[in-house]
Amino acid sequence: MKLSEVKEILNAKVITGEEFLDREVKSAFGSDLMSDVLAFVKDQALLLTGLVNGQVVRTAEMMDIKAIVFVRGKEPTEDIAELAKEYSMVIMSTDYTLYPSCGKLYMAGLIPDEERVD
Amino acid sequence: MAENTVKLHYNVDADDFTVAGEASGAVKKVLKQLGFSPEVIRRVAVAMYECEINMVIHANGGHIDVEITPEKIRMIHTDEGPGIKDIDKAMQEGYSTADEKVRELGFGAGMGLPNMKRYTDDMKITTEVGVGTVVDMTVFVNK
Repeated sequence: MKLSEVKEILNAKVITGEEFLDREVKSAFGSDLMSDVLAFVKDQALLLTGLVNGQVVRTAEMMDIKAIVFVRGKEPTEDIAELAKEYSMVIMSTDYTLYPSCGKLYMAGLIPDEERVD
Repeated sequence: MAENTVKLHYNVDADDFTVAGEASGAVKKVLKQLGFSPEVIRRVAVAMYECEINMVIHANGGHIDVEITPEKIRMIHTDEGPGIKDIDKAMQEGYSTADEKVRELGFGAGMGLPNMKRYTDDMKITTEVGVGTVVDMTVFVNK
């Protein structure tokens, strides 16, 4: 799924990385726990989280995550956005909470093969 | 081969969460420039990042020495913190002694040491209560 579609589906506001919206993501991970992100995330994932601090961006960078969606209308402070810019990361903010955000993306087909439950 | 070894040294500041991860980020960049595979780079970066976070949370900072050869990447994290009282417990997923402040930042879930073990091929911990801890981890390139 392209990040531009993620933006549409979540009615999200793009905070940084407007120029990278044609990037593809293959899976998504929703968590406020960065240790779980470090343990479980696979390739080319989108991170959805309600946690807003610099360590979210650093954790994403470690896992080669190129896009973060902050849920529940949260927006990062300027220094966090700057750090994301440095890493060429896309940051979005949506008013939906974590569960509906993930649900909407799942319904729209953002499901990695190994997580498909038919 | 000595001429094939890249050695890096980083100091990790105590209690400064905003910079935790800078050393791992820097090593990640170096490994990328040296042409290591994304898989190897990610394993090194995550293990080192978890360890770096631990040093900030628990140990008043410390220092990290990294040795990079074409065959393996070794990371030695040294601190003069309180030491680990019960290493078997600390290795269990979900066991944590971190405080509320750390949890609010998204860490302290008791996944640090298990994650380090998961992403490295070799991990040795030498620790003494009241003296400090050395976490010595190696990632082999062709494994």
